[in-house]
Amino acid sequence: MTQLVLSGNAAQAYAVRLARVPVISAYPITPQTTIVEKLADFVADGSLPAQFIKVESEHSALMAVLGASALGVRTYTATSSQGLLLMHELLHWASGMRAPVVMGVVNRAVAPPWSIGADHTDTIAQRDTGWIQFYAESNQEVLDTVLTAYRLAEDPVVRLPVMVTEDAFYLSHTLEPVEVPESGVVDAFLPPREPRSVLQLDVASRLGSFTGPVEYVEFRRAVAAAMAQVPERLAEIEESYRAHTGRALGGMMPLYRTEDADAVLVTMGTATTTARTVVDALRSEGQKVGLAKLRVFRPFPVGEFQRLAARVDRIGVLDRSYTFGGLGAAATEARAAIYPTPHRPVVASYLAGIGGRDVTPALLRGIFRSLLEEEVPDPMWSDLAPVPGVTVHG
Amino acid sequence: MAKLTIPAGEWMYPGHSACPGCGAALAMRLLLKGLGPRTIVAVPACCWTVIATPYPTTALGVPMLDNPIEATGASISGLRAAADVLGWKDVQIVGFAGDGGTADIGLQALSGMLERRTNALYVMYDNEAYMNTGVQRSGATPTGAWTTTTPVGPGSRGKVEAKKDIMAIVRAHHPAYAATLNPSFPEDFERKVARAKGIEGPRFFHVFAPCPPGWRYSSEQTIALGRLATDTGLFPLYEVVDGEVHVTRKGGALKPVREYLDGQGRFAHLDDEEVARLQEQVRAKWEALLAEEAPPRTVPPPGASLRPVPVAGA
Repeated sequence: MTQLVLSGNAAQAYAVRLARVPVISAYPITPQTTIVEKLADFVADGSLPAQFIKVESEHSALMAVLGASALGVRTYTATSSQGLLLMHELLHWASGMRAPVVMGVVNRAVAPPWSIGADHTDTIAQRDTGWIQFYAESNQEVLDTVLTAYRLAEDPVVRLPVMVTEDAFYLSHTLEPVEVPESGVVDAFLPPREPRSVLQLDVASRLGSFTGPVEYVEFRRAVAAAMAQVPERLAEIEESYRAHTGRALGGMMPLYRTEDADAVLVTMGTATTTARTVVDALRSEGQKVGLAKLRVFRPFPVGEFQRLAARVDRIGVLDRSYTFGGLGAAATEARAAIYPTPHRPVVASYLAGIGGRDVTPALLRGIFRSLLEEEVPDPMWSDLAPVPGVTVHG
Repeated sequence: MAKLTIPAGEWMYPGHSACPGCGAALAMRLLLKGLGPRTIVAVPACCWTVIATPYPTTALGVPMLDNPIEATGASISGLRAAADVLGWKDVQIVGFAGDGGTADIGLQALSGMLERRTNALYVMYDNEAYMNTGVQRSGATPTGAWTTTTPVGPGSRGKVEAKKDIMAIVRAHHPAYAATLNPSFPEDFERKVARAKGIEGPRFFHVFAPCPPGWRYSSEQTIALGRLATDTGLFPLYEVVDGEVHVTRKGGALKPVREYLDGQGRFAHLDDEEVARLQEQVRAKWEALLAEEAPPRTVPPPGASLRPVPVAGA
């Protein structure tokens, strides 16, 4: 184990090198660029023997890794924001082809207006594409999650693509100490990919194909069933990772001080770290509040929410993204998860941190106050200020 | 000159679902005969998605990867990278796409593949419209042709614009090899396949692919029509090696373009003046091609007329 000071983007690249990924393809976009720059360095200095396919668009980046994945090799790509939106068509191809691609996504706001700030709208907009989605809180978690993501993606009962996301700049360009496991340790945890669902040379075979209504629905059902296997498989894989590296990852939705809590806030990504300090402060002031880190958005941790709902009366869900004409995406899913349970707590939807706006301790204190005491608007756009030229009707 | 034997191997099965007389089916069959079994074919959304037959069957004896319509260039770059990682140096990676999937929506990925020097063969089978979706015009539809989106009526005379010159676009990328092929000339076709197989780097085929339902002609005429396309100068056969152009079929006078046009319903509306204009365009293009040609390595005997000339270096 070596401790290095790494950005979130460098943590992605170190994990890819440890995973011995032989085919990489990417197209540059802020703030993802330093991932691919680091990988290019690793390939150039010989420490990562890989084919790095430099493509002319994100669409081609994902297609190139899907082509390589079709022959059974491990692959990686990375993107952000507009690049991920351009990939949208191929995201469906990846899951439909059962390609265990791992992709790093630096969560960035979507234009217009242009913004390079942190915002989860880019990945939330891909929630229906059949990808498993992790939202990392720290650079350490980025590295650990990429490594476990390969085991999960390549698991025989899963065989689905995984995106490992990190908040723009808060992680992508911020340096933190990261414990990097030795390559032998990772090799023991993550053996080379076993080729499954791949084209065989010298065999009449076809990957993709076309179907009528008779088979199509069964293909989709198979993807849904694989997605449903993720919680159980993830628990086992994270336990294996802990056994090899000594580090625990916390599963789908780790909880913090939720015992006897009157109100629990659900956060994703880096807002979690700030929220944890606010929970500590409020607890020391006598407020019974807790925190749930929504680490995996797809598949949505329905069981975790139902267990939480059984013992908490007020749940706030903070989305760092927005859904026009609805609630925050995580809030919507949380309500749907909780609805069938006998005890239905209040589930309030808060939108904050959009477009790189800081999620400050003061803002989070306000959210907890509203959650504990007020009837909240549904959803609540937090931290709004008047902007010249922006008209808000209603 | 000795006739070249067409390779006996078949890597396309007879149970495919192409229309009778389909030029694209002939193109695939001839291509795979020449390339052999150690080949992987990537196919975008196009007629060949359907020709290859639905799950769980396949009309190909080699592995086939489906990809979205605009992504074939990237698809074969990925396949090549993985094949190299696996040590499959002898395996031919082929992209097999229609004219829309190549010259229109797939142009960016094709350009990327050529620019990054992917060691693969990209084949554009040119049936000169979006045939799989029911004959809509593409950039490769020729001037004057009827399609469902360039109808013929009081205010419309078929496609107004010129056919996109895909070979010029490809040649601007300086590929390792580029050639035009026509299934009506199977020996020339196979020579070029053999030639391309022996060259490393990005290679491109522009294959003439007549389409009976889309061009509105009787399906037994495909071979004859294909011969006329070349012998009128509309689809000249040539190859480009190291930037040098070699015309692989030529001779005396070109046949009149009208002979080619008359057999097809898509051109039935053209009047004498329009045909004359097309004739002039074909003549000018043909002469420009001849002027561009490198000095022939084999001089045809005097008086030769429309006879095959050997492919340089084959």
